[in-house]
Amino acid sequence: MFQVRIHGRGGQGVVTAAEMLSVAAFDEGRHAQAFPSFGSERMGAPVVAFCRISDREIRLREPIMEPDAIIIQDPTLLHQVDVFAGLKQDGYILINTNKTFDQLGLGDMIRDWRQERLCTVPAMELALKHVGRPVPNVPLLGGFAAIAGVLKIESVIKAISERFSGKVAAGNIAAASEAYAIVIAEMEAARRKENQHA
Amino acid sequence: MLKQTEGSRAVAEAVALCRPEVICAYPISPQTHIVEALGEMVKDGSLAPCEFINVESEFAAMSVAIGASAAGARSYTATASQGLLYMAEAVYNASGLGLPIVMTVANRSIGAPINIWNDHSDALSQRDSGWLQLFAETNQEALDLHIQAFRLAEELSLPVMVCMDGFILTHAYERVDMPTQAQVDAYLPTYEPRQVLDPADPVSIGAMVGPEAFMEVRYLAHAKQLQALERIPAFAAEFRQIFGRDSGGLTHTYRTEDAETIIVAMGSVLGTIKDVVDEMREEGHRIGVLGITLFRPFPIARVREGLQGAKRVVVLEKSMAIGLGGILSTNVRMALSGLHMHGYTVIAGLGGRAITKKSLHGLFREAGQDALESVTFLDLDWNMVNKQLEREKAHRRSGPVAENLLRDVGVVAARNY
Amino acid sequence: MSFQPVKFYQTGTFTVGNRLLPPEERSVQASAKRYNSINSGHRACQGCGEALGARYAIDAAMEAADGQIIAANATGCLEVFSTPYPETSWQIPWIHSLFGNTAAVATGVAAALKVKRQKGQGGDVRVVAQGGDGGTTDIGFGCLSGMFERNDDVLYICYDNGGYMNTGVQRSSATPPAARTATTMAVGPEPGNVFGQGKFVPAIAMAHDIPYVATATVADLRDLEAKVRRAMEIRGARYIHILVPCPLGWGTASHDTIRMARLAKETGIFPVFEAEHGEIKSVLTIRRPLPVEEYLRPQKRYAHLFGKNPAVETIAHIQALADRNIRKYRLEARQGSH
Repeated sequence: MFQVRIHGRGGQGVVTAAEMLSVAAFDEGRHAQAFPSFGSERMGAPVVAFCRISDREIRLREPIMEPDAIIIQDPTLLHQVDVFAGLKQDGYILINTNKTFDQLGLGDMIRDWRQERLCTVPAMELALKHVGRPVPNVPLLGGFAAIAGVLKIESVIKAISERFSGKVAAGNIAAASEAYAIVIAEMEAARRKENQHA
Repeated sequence: MLKQTEGSRAVAEAVALCRPEVICAYPISPQTHIVEALGEMVKDGSLAPCEFINVESEFAAMSVAIGASAAGARSYTATASQGLLYMAEAVYNASGLGLPIVMTVANRSIGAPINIWNDHSDALSQRDSGWLQLFAETNQEALDLHIQAFRLAEELSLPVMVCMDGFILTHAYERVDMPTQAQVDAYLPTYEPRQVLDPADPVSIGAMVGPEAFMEVRYLAHAKQLQALERIPAFAAEFRQIFGRDSGGLTHTYRTEDAETIIVAMGSVLGTIKDVVDEMREEGHRIGVLGITLFRPFPIARVREGLQGAKRVVVLEKSMAIGLGGILSTNVRMALSGLHMHGYTVIAGLGGRAITKKSLHGLFREAGQDALESVTFLDLDWNMVNKQLEREKAHRRSGPVAENLLRDVGVVAARNY
Repeated sequence: MSFQPVKFYQTGTFTVGNRLLPPEERSVQASAKRYNSINSGHRACQGCGEALGARYAIDAAMEAADGQIIAANATGCLEVFSTPYPETSWQIPWIHSLFGNTAAVATGVAAALKVKRQKGQGGDVRVVAQGGDGGTTDIGFGCLSGMFERNDDVLYICYDNGGYMNTGVQRSSATPPAARTATTMAVGPEPGNVFGQGKFVPAIAMAHDIPYVATATVADLRDLEAKVRRAMEIRGARYIHILVPCPLGWGTASHDTIRMARLAKETGIFPVFEAEHGEIKSVLTIRRPLPVEEYLRPQKRYAHLFGKNPAVETIAHIQALADRNIRKYRLEARQGSH
């Protein structure tokens, strides 16, 4: 079972992202369970949503406390909320930012982690560019497809087109695809760097 | 058809397939998504003919359902928590009049302190209201139970409450198999009321009954519920024939064959418990689960049958009889009368406190060694409790309890869960 | 039967009844084929104004709807005296659910009937809800306002006797000032119900902009019937507020019920009018307003105003309220009109 936790703020589509992730997994014939952190959060408040993906029926109903991957939709949360709580060693981190982990002040924390599993993508910019709205959730799903290899980008695109239609769907698909490409390139670079060190 | 969807949406679609004629809605979390979806279906004409009425309170919601049902319409509403309490007078009235209304209760705690998260306090507060009460373990079961509920309600002329865990199920996206209209039509006949307000054949419904007949009216309500115990397995069997899956029924057992320890629970927490049971079985523990699907009428004989081989029974419940212990466990105890075994009550998950595998492992291990207290509060923060007790000892004007505790625990909004 | 020509002004007077009218203008109650929706044999007190009001109103509604009426009834005297099993007085389909939910129950019935009609099942059946002033102006007010606001197709009739008579004469928000009830006793420096409280629900109903609001009393049968008939011509939420004296609660003689209702109107204490969409369309005028004392004095609930030391100021206060009604609703007949 693969467990994802998504952090963001109310209004950024955190819950929608988890739901779409589950739909993408469903489209691949797998079992998935997405659920919000059940708060009464208003716009702008920190929000968490969860998604479990498995090849078997998912019966577990506890919140995800030891995620395999974390998606951070809003980097301003990094120093406000313990977003990395319980993240498994060698877990995946995907942050919406145009900065590096070092620039975000996370350099020390991730020093011993597998570098190709630590990615950033400027999802907000991609969303503005392709969709015209500052909603980073969908591009990040494209990035997630690249980083964890749990879901195919095609499934994410299918989930997007099930959720949205017309221009919004097309824009989101373009944003997710570009995010996917950016993350793939980032991971390649990280792997090359690691190989050089080795 | 298999689809990945939100629990509330799945229930709304299932209710729509049942061809309801009057739906009344008043917003309260976490049931809102259900009636929102139904409202949209009525508004866009895909659910027709059907009247969707936005009422001014839950009390009015149940009252509109009462009027509609008495006039012969298939009636539905949904609520939770304070809303269920606010409509309580009408809840009793609906069953007293024998009106087959179906209502979803998206289970949520009851304040004060106000809390929007899941437990079973709301539905269980109405356990003696005369309604049948079904508890869903998954979203699939939640939608299936709604279809069965209309059948059951109309067959018996009694109202049925379908309980599903608020947020945990209502807001969870998961896979469900949505039946076809043809399947539901084959299972659910047109509503033929036993009593109806009809100018062609006038009756007085809801007149006063004195001591000369009141006991008999009440006994008949009880007898009808006992009838339900016999009918429900048959309805579930018929459901299986048409829909091809097991849903509903009285109870469900899981790995209880040779179990020394049996955990009894209701609702979505059964899934987490089953995962823990599987892991403990791997380690050689003889442990199993009895899930209660039907809480009212309470299937005493079936529960006794399911538990009598065990050495100990742990009732894990998201509800509490303050001043006594558990509600579910008190009911289970009725079923175990005369049997010699250890019985434990575990109060868990109140107000949305997460019930984790980790905690359950510890709990069930302790139970296996008969080291549990007779009433245990799972993951209770004793520090917080003791601090408040000390505060109350020290100061007469110790202040509002909830505010004190929140101050002790610090900012919770930034937590992950 | 012989007829004699009648001058029009006589038909609205206290003394001239149906005898002088051609049959088609006679009241529903005067007709041999009236529906008797609430039949004799019920257990109301002698001289019960509510029993009379309900019979007048529901029979008129039945006449207007060709017998196609379903009634919802709040808990209260009317419900209790009319329906102990198995002796229900109701000859129409009738439901009692609770004290405070009658308007909502009626909404539900109306919704069900609408769907049935769409399915081609059942004809044009109309819905009437009824309750006393407690069940209407107090405990049922939320549901009533909701029904008004949604403009549900229900005629709600309030039988106002100014208190909770069913439970032993306690104060409601329709109890008039200075009246003694079991919870506003005639003791202390300000005996009886206080001034400056209470609500007049017809005015609140008008504020909902519903299509039809009317007041009536059991003293004027033809006016009451005409208002029910008018209400039944209209779809949507309608409200009729009928003053129904209560011999028990008011402390009046059983044979004075009609007289008390008439005095309430003739003093200006109870304005009789009708309104459409929030605008007053007509009033029953008062030819010669009577002093309120004539209305108050026969009622034991006001006995404390007329002891050895009459409460002159209190009576004047009540007179001022009546005068205000006369001004506000333009109740005084102008010179020359009838």
